[in-house]
Amino acid sequence: MSHDHIVSPKLYLGVLAILLVGTALTVAAARVDLGGLNIVVAMSIAVVKASFVVLYFMHLKYSHRLNWVFGAAAMLWLALLIGLTSTDVIARLTE
Amino acid sequence: MSDQATTLAPQFEGLAQQKESAIFGMWVFLVTEVMFFGGMFAGYTAYRYRFHEAFTAGSDHLNLLLGGVNTAVLILSSFTMAMAVHSAQLNRRRALIVFLVLTMLLGSTFLGIKAVEYSHKFHEHLLPGPAFQFEGADPQHAQLFFSFYFAMTGFHALHMVIGVALLAIMTWFAWRGRFSAEYYNPIEVSGLYWHFVDIVWIFLFPLLYLVGHHG
Repeated sequence: MSHDHIVSPKLYLGVLAILLVGTALTVAAARVDLGGLNIVVAMSIAVVKASFVVLYFMHLKYSHRLNWVFGAAAMLWLALLIGLTSTDVIARLTE
Repeated sequence: MSDQATTLAPQFEGLAQQKESAIFGMWVFLVTEVMFFGGMFAGYTAYRYRFHEAFTAGSDHLNLLLGGVNTAVLILSSFTMAMAVHSAQLNRRRALIVFLVLTMLLGSTFLGIKAVEYSHKFHEHLLPGPAFQFEGADPQHAQLFFSFYFAMTGFHALHMVIGVALLAIMTWFAWRGRFSAEYYNPIEVSGLYWHFVDIVWIFLFPLLYLVGHHG
């Protein structure tokens, strides 16, 4: 009857460990002065953490393709929203 | 058969299609949530770039320890939520209830710590408005940082309150025996919501708490 992919608790524990290590890494990386790269490192770690949550905790990895399309659409519009806003701000500051 | 009749809505061909529709509907809702929080993230990005010094000074007033502990608490709650869905899939009613209650407890712990942080900010006159006081070069734009801080963490906390209420209802349903390995869509969909709120915090924590913690 049920065609669900059942993720093993071991895999969930692995994801939990990755997320906790990622949080510790974020705090540690902020203590090193990398100048403008600090925000890049912090956001990269956050994106990796979020990807693990989406793929495994939210089951997107085993989910219908249509859900992938909508997830990708959200990321595209978010990138446009933040990206285009940023180009405006950066252009004004470098005038 | 009578069991299936109570869980299958008439517009669906079968339980599998009903489940796919429920999950898809939740993803569509979460896309709108990405846009809702996205506006605040875009505004924050623009002003942080423009007034970086003031945002750094403001961020230094946040409690990194409390913020870090809360991040761990929320991640742990996402794990217990995933385990609740896992228990539902295996038709383990008792484990489902235990994991739902654990998730609510962790969510409430997060909100409790958040309340302690807010009360510190009130006493330090860091709530934007007429009473705002800030020792620093640019208090006006430090106030802007705290406006973003309260708006973003406030809307996040509101989502947490709704999430805890949702899980309380799910616990009641689970207690009444409404779910089975064939039908647990409300648990799966509640889980999607809970994990989404966790992801928002995964970005809020470094953006708000770690602007200026160098060296």
